[in-house]
Order: sequence, then C-alpha cells, then structure tokens
Amino acid sequence: MDSWHEFWTMGGYARFVWPAYGVAFVVLLGSGWAAHRGLRRALARVASRVRGGRR
Amino acid sequence: MAGRATPWLIGLTLVLMAAGLVGGLWLAPPDYQMGDGFRIIYIHVPSALLSMVVFAVMAVASAVGLIWRIRMAHAVTAAAAPIGAAFTFIALVTGALWGKPMWGTYWVWDARLTSELILLFLYFGYLALVHAFPDRRTGDQAGAILAIVGAVDLPIIHFSVQWWTTLHQGATLKLSGTPMPVSMLWPLLVMMLAFLCYFAWLLMVRLRAEILRREYRARWVEKI
Amino acid sequence: MTPRRQRTLVVIGILVGAGIGTAVALTAFSGNLLYYYTPTQALSKNLGPKDVFRLGGLVEKGTVERKAGSLTIRFIVTDNRNSIPVVFTGILPNLFRAGQGVIVNGHMSNRGVFVANQVLAKHDSDYMPLKLYNKENGTRYTEPGQMNRGAGYGGP
Repeated sequence: MDSWHEFWTMGGYARFVWPAYGVAFVVLLGSGWAAHRGLRRALARVASRVRGGRR
Repeated sequence: MAGRATPWLIGLTLVLMAAGLVGGLWLAPPDYQMGDGFRIIYIHVPSALLSMVVFAVMAVASAVGLIWRIRMAHAVTAAAAPIGAAFTFIALVTGALWGKPMWGTYWVWDARLTSELILLFLYFGYLALVHAFPDRRTGDQAGAILAIVGAVDLPIIHFSVQWWTTLHQGATLKLSGTPMPVSMLWPLLVMMLAFLCYFAWLLMVRLRAEILRREYRARWVEKI
Repeated sequence: MTPRRQRTLVVIGILVGAGIGTAVALTAFSGNLLYYYTPTQALSKNLGPKDVFRLGGLVEKGTVERKAGSLTIRFIVTDNRNSIPVVFTGILPNLFRAGQGVIVNGHMSNRGVFVANQVLAKHDSDYMPLKLYNKENGTRYTEPGQMNRGAGYGGP
C-alpha cells in the first residue's frame, strides 16, 4: 500500500474486502461478548447463592 | 490456572491480531492475479483452520469424556462448540465474498464448500443436541457421540480438493514448498496464531462459565 | 475386560463405523462429487446436446477470440490431452485469462462445440506479488480490468 486512498479502495475490491473483514470482526467480537456475558451471569448466580446461603 | 493464563492470552491475541492486520492489509504486496482482493485470505484461511481445529478439540475431549468418564472433558466440548461455529460461519462468509469477484460466484456445491457447510451444521446439531435433554449427563453423552462421528468430516474437508474435482483450489500452505513468498506469508501465519490465541482465550472464559453452571451446588465454587 | 477398556472399544467402534460408512457412501456417490469433467472425461462419455454438465480445464493460450462489439467469446478448454472448443456470451470473472483454469457450465452442441451459460475461473493456489511478477517476466501482467472490460468488478 502506498496511500490511504489505495488502502480504502483496495484496488477496486473494496466492496468485497471490507465487508469480509467487517463480518469477521463483528462475529469475533460478538462471540467474545457472548462468552463474557455467560461468565458474568454464572458468577452472579453463584454469588447470589452464597449470599443467600449465609443468611 | 485458567485465570492466570488469561491475561497472557488476551495480550498475545491483541498484539498478534494488530500485527497480522497491519501486515495483511497494508504491508503485504498485492497479488499478481488478484490484486488487493487476495487480502481476504488473512481472515478466511485462519477462520477455516480454526473451524477444523476446534472441532478436532471437541472430538478428542468427547472421547476422553466418554472413556474416562471425566465431566470436565464434556465441559470443554460444550465450551468450544459456539466458538467453533463462529469461526465456521466467518470462513463461509469470507469465502463467498472472495469467490464472487475471483471465481464469478458466491457459492457452488463443490466438495470443499459443501463439506465445510456440513461442519457448520454439525456445530449447530451439537449445540441443539446437548440442550435437548433434561438430564445434562445424557446430553453430554449424545453430544460426545455426535462430535466423534462428526470428526469424520474433517479429513473430508481437508482432502476434498485432492479427492475430487472442485472449484476451490488446492492447498497453498504446504510443508514442502509453499507457493507464496514470505512477504505475503508472514501476516497469514501471524493471523493464524492470533485466531488460535483468541480461541484459547474464549475457551478459558466459556469453560469457567460452563463449570460454574455445572458445579453450581459444589462447595469449592464458593471460593471463586 | 475392564469397563474403561470396554468404553474405549465402543468409542473406537463408533469412529471406525462412521468412517467406513462415510467412505462407502462417498465411494458410491463419488461421480456426483466431481464438480466438473475434464475434456477427456467429457469426450469419453459421449454427451449430447441435452446433457448439461460442467467442463473444467485450462484455457488454451492463444485461443481466446472475442467477437467485436459483443460479449461473445470463444476459447478452447484443454487438459493437455484432449480439448473442447467453448463459446460463451456474458460477463467473465476476474481471474479468467489464457493459460488459467476455468469451469464452464453448459452443453455440447451438435457440432462439437460446448455452449456455456456460465464461466467460473479457478484459482491455482499460487500467490506472487504483482511487482515481482512484472520484474521476473519483463512485462506488465494483464490485469483483470484490462482483460475483460465488461466484467464490472475491480481492476485498476
């Protein structure tokens, strides 16, 4: 790559390259988010049980 | 153990991913036939590789779980499945977006593409199956059998381009003489490692959640 | 036999069984798994105008002819043993060029010409920087945009 213009246009392939990268990173980030949400929920569930048990 | 390894995995993933993206999208020279369009390789090949590695991990964990009756092993399979499905989906979509300008079509029913689509359905089938039983144990065992039987698809995907005539080209990454110069190759290898680290990271996270869910009643869980 | 060994055998049995079953099925249907026929395979089958099939091979160098003022193109597909002339009207994919792999869908005409309704280009799994190619070959590589102006995709 020699210029930002070249980078964004991808030699005319922008409408294939950028959606491909877009989809990939949306799915990767979504997958990471879902994993962390699952862990948070599982931790919260255990925490509420521990608190409830002591009462 | 998992907790201590995770910061390293996060750091490694981010560094490798950044290096791979700069290398693949900026530093690597355009291909003589495909121009800049070939840059899709830097996400397509790593995700396709991981789609198969993850299923192999699931099959091995399932076999261990069935043979030695280790519940942890089934938890590994269950934790890996959603991540593997995501990689498979990315491989199929990026492949379609690459195929359109180069081959002239988004999709064909050749052996490589079809067997990779079957892999996606195997992931979906596994996820549906393990949750279909009220009893977790039965679900684990049914899922483990599906993962082991489904592993038969892995050599089919890999060798499909040799066994049959396909539109998809043969392998570029070979132990003996890769037809790709280093300037184009290194970002690919870096991205493959980045995807692998990301999988390991997410597997740790999902595995912890899976164990907490399964051992909900156990005493030791309280210490976490 | 210990229960564990028994379970090991069951797991191996499942894998072997599934493997053999799949192998048998794939062998039985292997003809359908071929995405295309090579010219040699196609000629040996004596396919008529009613048989729609896919033909795959290399575009023979120096045989690509364009009809002026139309999208009709003629070329010869070869597997280096046999070859079949092909005629096609329409838009070509970017990787289509002489000497490269191609898969065409259509049927044989009575005069032994393959009439294609779709042309797909096959990639050869080789990658090389454009600048290096130009340096090694002393010429500028025919870029997709120059090769098929009707394509509509990319090409500088």
